[in-house]
Amino acid sequence: MPEHTFTLNGKQVTVDTEDNVRLLWVIRDLLGVTGPKYGCGINVCKACTSHINGKAFNPCSVQVADVEPDDEITTIEGLADTVESDLHPMQEAWLDHDVVQCGYCQPGQIMAAVATVRKARDEGRELSDADIEGIRNVCRCGTYFRIREAIKDGATRM
Amino acid sequence: MAGHRADPAEPDAVSPDTSFSKEPTSRRRFLGYLLAAPTLVAAAELGGPTVFGAPAANAAGDTGGGIPPSPQLADSYDLTDALVHAARPTANLITITLDENGHAHFELHRTEVGQGISTTVAMLIAEEMDLPLEHVHVTLADARPELMTNQLTGGSSSVSSIYYPVRTAAAVAKGKLLEAASLVLGEQANFLSSKLGVITSSAGRSVSYGDLATKAASDSTKQVEADLKSESDFTIVGKPTRRIDALDAVTGRKQFTTDLDVPGAKPTMVCRPPTINGTVGSVNNAEQVRRMPGITDVVTISSGVAVRGETYGQCIDAVNALDVNWGPGPVDGESDATVEQKLKDATPPAVIPPTPATKTLERQYTFAFVNGSALGVNAAIADVKSDSAEIWSTLKIPIAAQEAIAELLGMAITQVTCHVIPGGGSFGRTLFHDAALEAAEISHKIGKPVRLMWHRADDCRQGRVHPMSVGTMRASFANDVVSFEQHHASVRTDFGHGLGDAVSSSVATHVPGVSYTVSEAIFLLTTPSFYNFGITKTLLTETHQSPENNQPRGGFNTSSVRNVYSPNTATTRELFVDELAEKMGMDPYNFRRKYVKNEKLLKVLDKAAEVGGYGQPTPNGVGHGIALHHEYKQTMACFVELDCRPETVNRKVRDGVTGPRVTRGVLVTIPGHVVVNPLGMEAMMQGGFIDGFAQALTASVHLDRGSIAEASWDNFFYCRQWNLPFEFTPVILPAEESETPAGAGEMGVAPAFAATACAYRAATGTTPTHFPINHNDPLPFEPYPHEPPLPPSPTNGLDYAY
Repeated sequence: MPEHTFTLNGKQVTVDTEDNVRLLWVIRDLLGVTGPKYGCGINVCKACTSHINGKAFNPCSVQVADVEPDDEITTIEGLADTVESDLHPMQEAWLDHDVVQCGYCQPGQIMAAVATVRKARDEGRELSDADIEGIRNVCRCGTYFRIREAIKDGATRM
Repeated sequence: MAGHRADPAEPDAVSPDTSFSKEPTSRRRFLGYLLAAPTLVAAAELGGPTVFGAPAANAAGDTGGGIPPSPQLADSYDLTDALVHAARPTANLITITLDENGHAHFELHRTEVGQGISTTVAMLIAEEMDLPLEHVHVTLADARPELMTNQLTGGSSSVSSIYYPVRTAAAVAKGKLLEAASLVLGEQANFLSSKLGVITSSAGRSVSYGDLATKAASDSTKQVEADLKSESDFTIVGKPTRRIDALDAVTGRKQFTTDLDVPGAKPTMVCRPPTINGTVGSVNNAEQVRRMPGITDVVTISSGVAVRGETYGQCIDAVNALDVNWGPGPVDGESDATVEQKLKDATPPAVIPPTPATKTLERQYTFAFVNGSALGVNAAIADVKSDSAEIWSTLKIPIAAQEAIAELLGMAITQVTCHVIPGGGSFGRTLFHDAALEAAEISHKIGKPVRLMWHRADDCRQGRVHPMSVGTMRASFANDVVSFEQHHASVRTDFGHGLGDAVSSSVATHVPGVSYTVSEAIFLLTTPSFYNFGITKTLLTETHQSPENNQPRGGFNTSSVRNVYSPNTATTRELFVDELAEKMGMDPYNFRRKYVKNEKLLKVLDKAAEVGGYGQPTPNGVGHGIALHHEYKQTMACFVELDCRPETVNRKVRDGVTGPRVTRGVLVTIPGHVVVNPLGMEAMMQGGFIDGFAQALTASVHLDRGSIAEASWDNFFYCRQWNLPFEFTPVILPAEESETPAGAGEMGVAPAFAATACAYRAATGTTPTHFPINHNDPLPFEPYPHEPPLPPSPTNGLDYAY
């Protein structure tokens, strides 16, 4: 089987698997990193949202062969390390606003929130309500109100 | 959000709206147990005759206007009472163990699915034992057959059922700790004080719970009396408190079923038939699929063809590659229109005859099937060996799963272990054990451990749905309403999971002389009267009741979905009340003020109107709705402002629906008793509110010749960020004087659904007859094929990176 090498949460990893296996299954089933959740497998629910080179993406819809050796993949487990802390400011905001209910969507929500704030900054503007409404991540418990508050608060801490 | 929320960052800031009654409550005494063990173990029976008094009848007809309604069963004995009483007869114990570090451990006989029950229970234990909250550790108990109907998480009844038993066990432990400390510190126990896990004498000497854990241990099992702390002394219960499992969730450490590392339990999925519960014929290419990359096993089971492999991605490919001869399912002839017609045909004529002196009004509203899928799909791990089976799954009634799996495997119940895993949501789904039973069948057939996961498309198309229903209202009126009749025709709701048995046996005991089916019992327990509308009648008829529909793989796959009948029955009732108000020349709010049957309902109605600004001028196309509901020991009113202006309705979102938008919402409640965690209840109010307006506006599934069209979250239009109201205010008024704490998990759905329907009528001048209001529009998506069954995973994910 072909070998695939990339960086996952700061460590170089190599896996043997078919080229077309989607990255979500490589991360979860072969590497045992389970923070990114399955919720649809077709890039709709966004429960698996992670970062590739700092940008939010959904590994359920990327073939492992399309990931390059110098690509850096970050899942929720590696988010705090990107700011060299126990918790990323967005995770702290999530705790302070008691966002979580069942928690299944929340790793993806937090990864999406961080990328949304960064994107607005990179475009030289402040986070807007329209940015938040553009986040497609589903939360079936209905924590959306607290997600909205936590993103705004987390943005001020980032 | 507006200022009625409690602020978790300020522990002392309990707003008046979230505090419970501070009336002095006398200390209450219960019987508990000390168990023989190396460290202190205290226990309590689940319920008992000393715990609960007779249910008190609600005062009816005390607000003046109208003719008092004829009494309804749920006025004096409701679903919460039935579930609480179902928890009483078991003589088996729940136990709190204190370890040598002074930490308390409790195996909860309820299932955490996001409702926050583990936090609530930890708060009760910390309160009663005077422990810091972080020294209380709550895990989920395996299936315990001896608990019978008591290991059941449903009907929003958990807090109501376990409030006193958990506190009793904790109080026994605390009493024994004081006794042991008395010997150590040389003072009588009543001179000692306890705080944060340390007991201090009047002389200032102290000893920690950890140091007392073995000294307080009992060498025999004995019954002891325990005084519960007076509720007026509470310092933790009643304070807004953050969830104890939040840190694990935000760091990705919280494990759900498919995250568990059970050796050899490889990813497993099932190729399912194109129509609901279709029959499985022969497989034409099993050997070829077995040789696909990563695949280890292919096996035919009762619900489809299972594949097991190294990754779920390879399982998806294998499922789609299978060539199976499918047979018909039991409802292949049914579509939305045929089911709706059957429901209308099943609706009997009015049972209260009109009189020449009165006018009549009759209306009918149809409610579509609704997806009950949680974000965490159905999943289970099973390891079946020749003489034992071990199961891991989110099971809200684990004993029912254990029994069913033992029967399937021909084993004794004691040979089947069911571990209860926290759920990624539930919404009625995990009352059933569909995935656990299926995983056991697969593991049994292939002789290997399996980690079964349903695809989202499976969860949408073969998973359980809230049944379609037709509500019919008939009223006769002159100067007042003299009769008010509500008929609910519904596709049968499956109560085959055991909750129904618990409810109907309680009803049979507590409401003697009448024989109800499970469905009738639950319906009557959740339909109290609200208004002084004279002769009041509620009736349920269920369709699709043929024997084959009552088989495990019979007709439609139904369940409650965050509430049983109430979202539809409350919307039917409240929307009709608006229509009746207009016929009688009054506005909806003042009409309700005049006819509402008691002061509590009047109070929540006025509060919702005040906080929401009901009746203040709105632009054309924007309207206000207000609705009442009572369930789970909560008396509620909901206010909704809905924007139906074209610029709002026609907003464009890629692969999403917009439509009318709720701009503001208010949900007011008077809870039955102390609210253990106001912050948790507010979260439930927010979530329930969202469910309610989503079901009114956009959330349904479409049935077409035995198949459900929806297969993803971009097909089933549950609320997304772009649908969210700009403002929502939960208001928890002081609790009423009652013995039973209120349930919260489902409380907001019915009143929010009803208020949104009423707001739509106010905004547009059109009364909707079908829900959700967009259900009969052309499908806003192209359905994925039903064969092969799974939408293939895209490969262009990097194009959407941001």
